[in-house]
Amino acid sequence: MAVEALPEVATVHWRPRANAARLRTSGRLWTLTTVAHVVPFLAAAGALLALQPITLPVAFVCVAHAWIIPALYAQRGANVVRPRPRGDGAAERTALGLLADRVGHDARELHARTGLVPEPGRLGTWLVGEAGALLVTDRGRRVFCWCVRVNDPELPSADRIAHLLLALRADEEGFATVANLAFSGAPWRVRRRLSKTMRPALEAGAVAESSRGDHRSFTPA
Amino acid sequence: MSKLVRMDRTGHTTLAEWQTGDAEAVEAAVEAFRRELDRGYLAMVSTGPGHAEQVRELPVDADLVILRLPISGG
Repeated sequence: MAVEALPEVATVHWRPRANAARLRTSGRLWTLTTVAHVVPFLAAAGALLALQPITLPVAFVCVAHAWIIPALYAQRGANVVRPRPRGDGAAERTALGLLADRVGHDARELHARTGLVPEPGRLGTWLVGEAGALLVTDRGRRVFCWCVRVNDPELPSADRIAHLLLALRADEEGFATVANLAFSGAPWRVRRRLSKTMRPALEAGAVAESSRGDHRSFTPA
Repeated sequence: MSKLVRMDRTGHTTLAEWQTGDAEAVEAAVEAFRRELDRGYLAMVSTGPGHAEQVRELPVDADLVILRLPISGG
């Protein structure tokens, strides 16, 4: 079915439109980048120790770098769904009612527990937050972290999610084109950096993605 | 009863309600719809489970038309 492109895509006209093949390539590049950050530092640490054991402190710093740099990238990924301060209680309740009408029971329940709304898509399983979204792909073995938001910080949390959800449902690839990719890698790298309340959402996304036939269970009948 | 709803800082605001046979209510809804589009809102209707579509004219037969703001990369 032909999908009309999101109008927001015009604001990032220089970007190639996202699709499954481009996402796979992007994911591989992220993995290569991680390897390129880790391997030289570990090799340097090993070489230093082999050549001169007294360089142990320097080797230790190298190993620390090999650990810290990928960790910072993963933290950047987890930050896209970090909860924002909540505003007026009445507005939040009103917005939540509208959002709840747009999603199925399972999604409502997961949102209540974790703050993220699951949404099955053609690219993978999305977990939509207030100012970002996680996309679980490759049967639950990879997560993409997207920074994307509605341009009004005063909106209630549920409304911010509903804005993103509607845009995602209208044009999934356009949504991924407009959003900024903050991280891609193994879900466990992001999971440990999410708040404890959000972790079940990522786990549920990975489970849904690993059994793609069950995707539609998140969507209202 | 069809509704035109704008997502805003109050949660959401119902801007118009109409029934297809009520020409006056439809006209008021179309006017409200165009006014919001001129303000930069985008109109969306659900086209089935997990699907939505942007509309540029008020779909009079839709149950619910939601107005949203543009999104951008953070």
